[in-house]
Amino acid sequence: MISFSQVCKRYRGGHEALKNLSFTVEQGEMAFITGPTGAGKSTLLKLVAAIEKPTSGSVVVSGQNVGKLRRSAVPFLRRNLGLIFQDHKLLYDRSVLENVLLPLHIAGFPRAESLKRARAALDKVKLLGLEKANPISLSGGEQQRLCVARAIVSRPAIVLADEPTGNLDAGYAGEIMEMFKSFNQVGVTLLIATHDEQMIARYGGKTLHLNHGELHP
Amino acid sequence: MNWLAQHRLALGLVIGRLARTPFSSLLAMLVIGVALSLPLSLYTLVGNIKAVAGSAKLEPQITLFLTPGASADSVRQIESQLKKLNTVGQFRFIPRDRALRELLQDTGLTDVAAGLDRNPLPDAFIIEPQSADPGELESLRDALLELPKVDNVLLDTVWAKRLNAMVSFGRDVVLILAGLLGFALLVITGNTVRLQILSQRDEIEISTLIGATDAFIRRPFLYHGLLQGLGGGLAAWLIVSLGLQLLNASIGDLAKLYAAQFLLQPIDPKDILSLLAFSSALGWFGAFLAVGRHLRKIEVKP
Ligand SMILES: Nc1ncnc2c1ncn2[C@@H]1O[C@H](COP(=O)(O)OP(=O)(O)O)[C@@H](O)[C@H]1O
Ligand SMILES: [Mg+2]
Repeated sequence: MISFSQVCKRYRGGHEALKNLSFTVEQGEMAFITGPTGAGKSTLLKLVAAIEKPTSGSVVVSGQNVGKLRRSAVPFLRRNLGLIFQDHKLLYDRSVLENVLLPLHIAGFPRAESLKRARAALDKVKLLGLEKANPISLSGGEQQRLCVARAIVSRPAIVLADEPTGNLDAGYAGEIMEMFKSFNQVGVTLLIATHDEQMIARYGGKTLHLNHGELHP
Repeated sequence: MNWLAQHRLALGLVIGRLARTPFSSLLAMLVIGVALSLPLSLYTLVGNIKAVAGSAKLEPQITLFLTPGASADSVRQIESQLKKLNTVGQFRFIPRDRALRELLQDTGLTDVAAGLDRNPLPDAFIIEPQSADPGELESLRDALLELPKVDNVLLDTVWAKRLNAMVSFGRDVVLILAGLLGFALLVITGNTVRLQILSQRDEIEISTLIGATDAFIRRPFLYHGLLQGLGGGLAAWLIVSLGLQLLNASIGDLAKLYAAQFLLQPIDPKDILSLLAFSSALGWFGAFLAVGRHLRKIEVKP
């Protein structure tokens, strides 16, 4: 489903964020990327979503060589991915519901269908009662769940989560992880960046240990 | 979702945005309206001058001289020919005797007349043509020269040529002004769109990250430019119409003094449509240019 082969990523400043990375995540897997800050976790996820392009090597997602995609094809790749960003990237000038509607709106779903799906997604993350609230008024855990709802609302086959439990206490983090587990049970492939080793120990799955951009077995 | 629904959605979004900031939206349209009202009012004035050129009071005269010694029969024949020509309006016959009498009276040269053993003047017709168009006048003159027993045809077209030159000069000025102010409109639209883009940076970035196409991102801004241009066109129409009404109020008084009937004509509906199409298209184009430039600048690099 996601396959890296000999991927290097050098940023414009000359910093080599990923060095000769090769791995595969199969369909239906729940895989973790771990490593300290600056190890290259976010960079790896960005390569999958074509937010960054590899300097060399190939990144293949669902059979497409993502690094070689034409600019006009990138949006359609991203619509099949559920992205959860390290910095949330919520829109604070509109309601919780509008935030979840955005991906559907972009993908061109009819309004009625979108509303149904958005409410279903909010229900899944237990935010249904807060649909009219502004995201700024939500707690950290609730904001994170909102990000999850937005990522899964268009029912993507792959979800990429960048430190989804980063600054949450154990209880909230557990909730999020349970949600991911339930998505995984219905066939969603997940790639989760985290530096929480305890969590990985609990949920198992394939783990990619990154350090200074290199993969450690 | 189909193409139409996508566009309806973007349009709805933009109307919502405009409605949320009514003051600045209207102000931008008003600024564009003021800019456009300059060439529009000049255009309307030129149109009115042209209309005046066509009015009877300023009709040029054509003087048709018969060959000396033309018989009364030839005079009648020419008269009937003139009636047949539909490019000829009114005309009157000036017999040579009367012409001489009037000439002598007007100049006080009665003594000179005493020295003449015969009247040197020919019979003449004074003709008012239907059209003031120089081209048509020329061809009328040619037609008149073809008539039998016609010696000469004098055409006073100087004023018509001058007026025509004035009108075409006016038209050139309108074109230049429209060009310049069209450019101003592009700049104004570009600037509002730039501000819009800056204020929606987050939305643009996030939308791009979760799969929005360039077209999707651009569409609302293009509609914004188009609607703003349309609003500016409407404002220009309103401003010029109001100006015409005010002018007509004072022109009415002036015309009464000269016992004349003259009012500035309102803008032609066809011209209003062209104006609105022009301003909308320019608004769209201004937005198009601005979106291209500024979206590239905030290209997502999270
Ligand atoms: N846009 C960028 N330009 C230059 N260097 C970057 C950029 N993004 C990340 N880096 C560098 O790449 C390395 C890996 O970063 P990142 O992938 O964010 O690591 P992690 O997510 O594991 O903390 C870091 O040293 C970081 O400074
Ligand atoms: Mg990171």
